[in-house]
Amino acid sequence: MTTFKEIALKEKRIVSGHTMCPGCIVPPIVRIILAATDKEVVAACATGCLEVATTIYPRSSWNIPFIHNAFENAAATISGVEEAYTALRKKGKIKKEIKFIAFGGDGGSYDIGLQSLSGAAERGHDFVYVCYDNEGYMNTGNQRSSATPYGASTTTSPVGSARKGKQNFRKDLTEIMVAHGIPYVAQASPSHPFDLFMKAKKAFEAKGPAFINVLAPCAQWGIKQDEAVEIADKAVKSCFWPLYEVENGKYKINLKPEKKISVGEFAETQSRFKHLIHDNEMLEKIQKNIDEKWNHLINLEMEK
Amino acid sequence: MKKLKSWKEMKKAGLVEPASSLSNKTGEWKIFKPVIDHKKCIRCFKCVIYCPDLCIFEKDEKIERNLDYCKGCGLCAKVCPVKCIAMERARK
Amino acid sequence: MKTKIAMTGAQAAAEAMRQINPDVVPAYPITPQTPIMETFAHFVANKKADSELTRVESEHSAMSVAVGASAAGARVMTATSSQGLILMSEILPIASGLRLPIVMNIVNRALSAPLNIHCDHSDSMACKDFAWVQIYSENNQEVYDNTLLAQKLAEKAELPVMVMQDGFITSHCVEEVEILDDEEVAEFVGEYNPEFSLLKDNITYGATELPDYYFETKRQQADAMEKAKKEFIEVASELSKLTGKEYGYFEEYKLADAEFAVVAVNSSAGTAKEAVGSMRKKGKKAGLLKIVLFRPFPYNEVGIALKGKKIAVLDRSESFGAIPPLCAEIKNSLSGEKVQSYVYGLGGRDLTVQEIESAFDDLMKGKIDNKTKYLGLRE
Repeated sequence: MTTFKEIALKEKRIVSGHTMCPGCIVPPIVRIILAATDKEVVAACATGCLEVATTIYPRSSWNIPFIHNAFENAAATISGVEEAYTALRKKGKIKKEIKFIAFGGDGGSYDIGLQSLSGAAERGHDFVYVCYDNEGYMNTGNQRSSATPYGASTTTSPVGSARKGKQNFRKDLTEIMVAHGIPYVAQASPSHPFDLFMKAKKAFEAKGPAFINVLAPCAQWGIKQDEAVEIADKAVKSCFWPLYEVENGKYKINLKPEKKISVGEFAETQSRFKHLIHDNEMLEKIQKNIDEKWNHLINLEMEK
Repeated sequence: MKKLKSWKEMKKAGLVEPASSLSNKTGEWKIFKPVIDHKKCIRCFKCVIYCPDLCIFEKDEKIERNLDYCKGCGLCAKVCPVKCIAMERARK
Repeated sequence: MKTKIAMTGAQAAAEAMRQINPDVVPAYPITPQTPIMETFAHFVANKKADSELTRVESEHSAMSVAVGASAAGARVMTATSSQGLILMSEILPIASGLRLPIVMNIVNRALSAPLNIHCDHSDSMACKDFAWVQIYSENNQEVYDNTLLAQKLAEKAELPVMVMQDGFITSHCVEEVEILDDEEVAEFVGEYNPEFSLLKDNITYGATELPDYYFETKRQQADAMEKAKKEFIEVASELSKLTGKEYGYFEEYKLADAEFAVVAVNSSAGTAKEAVGSMRKKGKKAGLLKIVLFRPFPYNEVGIALKGKKIAVLDRSESFGAIPPLCAEIKNSLSGEKVQSYVYGLGGRDLTVQEIESAFDDLMKGKIDNKTKYLGLRE
């Protein structure tokens, strides 16, 4: 296991001077993940908050080789880099060991990026894909994505007299990736940094595709700029965002909350859910959905 | 005003040098700044890792912050296990 | 040493690829390009090429993989047609903006809707403004030669290159192709040593450029395209030494003393040569200008070649609501010569020698106006 100090003493692979929002938890997530391997890393990143805020010409916050291609093809792009590595290594033109990672927001992973992520996973490239899930198209100002939770208010699923927030439950990308049969899939949270680090380490060491979905509470959820970590913690404790891994098809839940909190306690911290406070019907629907999914996960863990 | 490069002087294809954002001091807009009580600080490094601007570090066995980049979000104060960081107004 | 082998245009492209032996080849099937990838996959499976063949899940991913691999310092080639090319088109300006020397064979095919798998040039013409060098090939031999030329030119100009051939007409028909030795090709293309690569350099590719910088980067691209004109001739003359053939921006067929000229690209130029021959037999001074390099377009040189002639331009694509693309470029090369625009062959409609002769007839009778005419269309 590692410590904060050990992570801190590693050379920074992402540096200050970026223009992410104050309190954005994504840079610490990236720092923790990239510290989980001592090998050289090449990163691809989909268009989105992380990419735009870290690479505005002539400044880059990346201290590792980095490529941004387009919105939906981070996985395809890193596949290309990895193929080049395989080809050049076979020809003896590259001798060192390099790890490959692609970052995408939920927009660039659940929605527009799903195809290229699926293709890269199916082809079995040796890479890590990290989805920093802030549950919406945040770089363009909080539009709903398929990762936006049911009932959440966004600019394209606003609360009005006829509709109250997003009308569908969110997609489960983590399970979609498990269905690809790749060696390692995990769900992590910045509230549990050593769990995240452990997962990143396993992902880098896995031979083949690895996928980590990391919850990234965002200012546009209607939270204060210092609250991201505690809200992520509530997401975990309410089982809205379970921490689990699937290694070669075997499920393991990393944290079973001793005192499970209600989804209302998680939702009341964010103004994107404020219309739910007095809407028992919607809250019950959400709680039921979370309970069902949590029980399903428990059953999956029990299966051989 | 810094003189910007002409098209003949720029690197091709918009390629950028690594870690070049260090020249961008993002701390100018902050309203609050963290003040660390070094006597209470247990040097757990939690604030160092959680700082979104990666601007908390150890120097001469003390935890320091680089106000050039600090945006004053207060996450460091929030996560500190011994509450040794106070957020004070950085400007009027 | 040259060997003559009977092969299709698709096989010619695949053979050139095999000899270039790129590091990474992303592949996705689409008619009529598929045989290029099938032939190449056969080569890889039998160790005749040692490329990494990435069987992607869409053409968009094919070009995305190509960009990633090329930025990582690998030599990358691929092929597509029609809908595939248009699907990739989001990434085409990215490949060019990042100055990546990707080489792509395009087997020209019509665009949907309606769905049509046969030949016309609407796919590659739609991509003319993406800062890719564009080279058109009349026959199987030219497909082979142009692919080799494209590889060396791409790396010299630091721009991606597309090499066109007609779907089915060239790609699926067998002709004699003279190929070079593997060693000659390997020496001609040389080793790929990019200035930057993700696997060797700590560098950021694909940054956002705001209004204070974007314009300058685009100016650099425009400059690179301009320089590519000269570099094309340089590479062509090096290839000439190996093949013994002459290459240029275009081919002038009985054009020097011609009074009436037809301009065309790809296989229709071959049909036009027949028409020129038959007109000449009737004592008419007919000629053909076959454009090879379409982007960057050689305006000055075309203007000189067509000076003082009456011209019929044959376009195998429409630019709906505007002058068809090849005709527009020809008109921009001239100073006052009269030009009649023709659109023909959309969706694989055959173009006959007689139809081209009728175009010459129009020119001879002075039937030249601003309205685009159609050859082979049921009016």
